[in-house]
Amino acid sequence: MIGLVLVAHSPELLRGLGEMVAQTAPAVPVSTAGGTSTGRLGTSGPAIHAALDAALRAPGCAGVVVLFDLGSATLALEIALEWLPPGDRSRVRVSRGPLVEGAVRAAVEAAAGADLGQVVAVADAEAGVDKLPIDGPAGSRR
Amino acid sequence: MTEDLVLRWLRLAAARVAEARERLTELDAAIGDGDHGINLDRGFREVVRRLDDGALPAEPQSALLLAVGRTIMGTVGGASGALYGRALQRAGSALELPAGGEPPAPAECAAVALEVAVAAIAALGRATVGEKTMLDALVPARDACLLARRNGASLAVGTAQAAAAAEDGAARTIPLLATKGRASYLGERSIGHLDPGAVSSAILLRALADAAADR
Repeated sequence: MIGLVLVAHSPELLRGLGEMVAQTAPAVPVSTAGGTSTGRLGTSGPAIHAALDAALRAPGCAGVVVLFDLGSATLALEIALEWLPPGDRSRVRVSRGPLVEGAVRAAVEAAAGADLGQVVAVADAEAGVDKLPIDGPAGSRR
Repeated sequence: MTEDLVLRWLRLAAARVAEARERLTELDAAIGDGDHGINLDRGFREVVRRLDDGALPAEPQSALLLAVGRTIMGTVGGASGALYGRALQRAGSALELPAGGEPPAPAECAAVALEVAVAAIAALGRATVGEKTMLDALVPARDACLLARRNGASLAVGTAQAAAAAEDGAARTIPLLATKGRASYLGERSIGHLDPGAVSSAILLRALADAAADR
């Protein structure tokens, strides 16, 4: 099965998101890297690397899709990815999708047995989804 | 550089960052997320704590810089942690000696380290001069250091010229429009403020110059 690695500046944020993912797709392995090693807001290359490593070593894990929050997380993420040996790196895909919607959508796809390319594709596609219904809520459209 | 200089620099940098903590945080509150001083201070405190505990390799300088880079990455958070951490690690790698190799002169080491560190920050941040980032201090500093080196200047002179160029470059970020990082969310409202990353870069380079002078 494909697993998820969730990266954010806040560990609290990821705790909540992890609950949402587990409620929707409890079988999907999820590792998180939120905050610095001293428990403050931020992202950390070593913490992301540890989460990737844990996810890739999970029994039956065929690959990992990474979702992250704000843009600066990509800096730490890029460093963590470079630390992976090539055999591990090729089993990791980073999604440009939004963290919350992308994680939930990817988890559903992974739980259905999709492969790495399929899971990252559905997470990516969330970046282009219009969340508001065409006719409302009232006053929400300019 | 030498192990001795790197250790002196790290301790001096930690003290200077602690002094500038509130100022950096105020600068960052104006155009970013208001934690630059707090974050950097936390990272350098951790570096000093690990040095005191003997948890970091004191030599060779390449291994020391690699370990300090990892510490900064893990504790500072945000873009500055990744960027400074990566810069220190790349500088450490560049200063690795082949077995039995003779270390270059300290002024040469400093020029190489600065050149590699600045290239690493530009590459990871996909940034260039004029975007209101730490590079607006670091690129002029690197250029000044390399020029001094070509003119045969000593470590003390080269690093002092680098620090002066960094301070000048940081001051020139005020009228710039931020196009990278959290400050870019502000668009034109970022104009009129000093860039906190450029200021912290100048502080780190002034600490290097002072550590090199204090021999």
